[in-house]
Amino acid sequence: MEGKLKKTSLYNEHIKLNAKIIEFAGYLMPVQYESIIEEHLAVRNNAGIFDVSHMGEIWIKGFNATEWLNKIVSNDIKKMQIYQAQYNAMLYPEGTVVDDLLVYKFNEQEYMLCVNAANIQKDYDWLKEHQEKDIEIQNKSDEYSQLAIQGPKAEEILKPLINIPINEIRYYRFAIGEVIGKKAIISRTGYTGEDGFELYISNEDAISVWQGIIERGKNYQLKPAGLAARDSLRLEAGMLLYGNDMDNTTTALEAGLDWIIKFEKENFIGKEALMNQKNEGLKRKLIGFELLEAGIARHSYTIVDEEGKNIGFVSSGTFSPFLKKSIGMAYVPIEFTKPDTEILIDIRGKVRKAKVVSLPFYSRRKKIF
Amino acid sequence: MNYPEDYYYTKDHEWIKVQGNTGIIGITDYAQKQLGDIVYVELPDEGQVFEAGEPIGSIESVKTVAEIYCPVSGEIIEVNEKVAAEPELINTDAHKSGWLVKIKIKDKSELEDLLDADEYQELIEEEE
Repeated sequence: MEGKLKKTSLYNEHIKLNAKIIEFAGYLMPVQYESIIEEHLAVRNNAGIFDVSHMGEIWIKGFNATEWLNKIVSNDIKKMQIYQAQYNAMLYPEGTVVDDLLVYKFNEQEYMLCVNAANIQKDYDWLKEHQEKDIEIQNKSDEYSQLAIQGPKAEEILKPLINIPINEIRYYRFAIGEVIGKKAIISRTGYTGEDGFELYISNEDAISVWQGIIERGKNYQLKPAGLAARDSLRLEAGMLLYGNDMDNTTTALEAGLDWIIKFEKENFIGKEALMNQKNEGLKRKLIGFELLEAGIARHSYTIVDEEGKNIGFVSSGTFSPFLKKSIGMAYVPIEFTKPDTEILIDIRGKVRKAKVVSLPFYSRRKKIF
Repeated sequence: MNYPEDYYYTKDHEWIKVQGNTGIIGITDYAQKQLGDIVYVELPDEGQVFEAGEPIGSIESVKTVAEIYCPVSGEIIEVNEKVAAEPELINTDAHKSGWLVKIKIKDKSELEDLLDADEYQELIEEEE
């Protein structure tokens, strides 16, 4: 129902740019402006700007914030420096996933969690359920707008607009500064596999910051990019999407999130279940695949064996503009997870061949600092 | 966008250009816009016979798949190999080089059931 859908502060900007609008996580969002492939390639070759204001921002404050939060998340936040961002996950006791998120450490007593738009209320309720005395939990999602500027030219475009030396903000670090004179949390993070920045700004400043960056970006072929390009970019980069590639039915180990599960931590929700699963051995796992025939394998298509029996499913799939191939992620039985293993995917009634490939499909050359 | 006056159109956004007893079939510019970036095309084989309204293949874009329906009954006599290799031609030139198949028309009276350029433009104006 349209009356219940939310708009970001930039909605009219998207309409002005002729964006196609869809409903996503309760918001009216731009899915594409012109061509998904062009927006995708713009990010890979130059830069793209995304309105990601629908994402959630939850603040954690308290004298024991670090101890408390470290029991809720799977990665080790004690290892974080201040002004560092860390990819993380919150798990159920069964080891399945509540959400994946970025944890921002302001200091030992203050953290910001950037969570998926579709999970804001669920995540907030989950944190409240585990709240302890002296821990403050504040959902500030409606107070912030968020822009992502991603691509090899992102730094060059933003450099003169930011009041602090941008090259001093290293990968997965952030700073509090100003963009075009407006207060912002500026982090060198992103969901595209390119260098880039995410800016957290107030809703009142969103339009002027957006317009200012677009204006500046004109000489650099900066393009506005929508949710469709955001999805094909993250998939190429091997990044997971909650709701597709993991949810409350998949454990963090099955989803391949081993690298953010720190078993050496004394305790965190889901640790025991994951330890058990690790000892018993996984029965299925998320893999990347490449189609060997024509077609696109989309979310929920089934993986079949040679007798046509259902053995798994596609969690995400698209056409990769950079690789010019159909790619995707799928849950398959553990015996099918080695790279180059052939798998069969039922694409609308026709069985097509695909092969398992290591993630990511695409990786940019890393900048040396 | 000018919809060629000498083409016939279907409600499913195919066009057919008639030359004697042969028809050239494609999808309209409106259809390609709705589909977005086209990445795969599945076309029938030469010699295959179809009734009007039967699906003859499909066009897959990044975001969706659409069936191609045969505007008139007949036998496929040629398939556009170029479009099979470069599906983006349908996005850039849906009415000419993005043609899909050529058909030997079984019964030209079936053309009377189709729309002309004006009727088609009315249809898409209503859809938008």
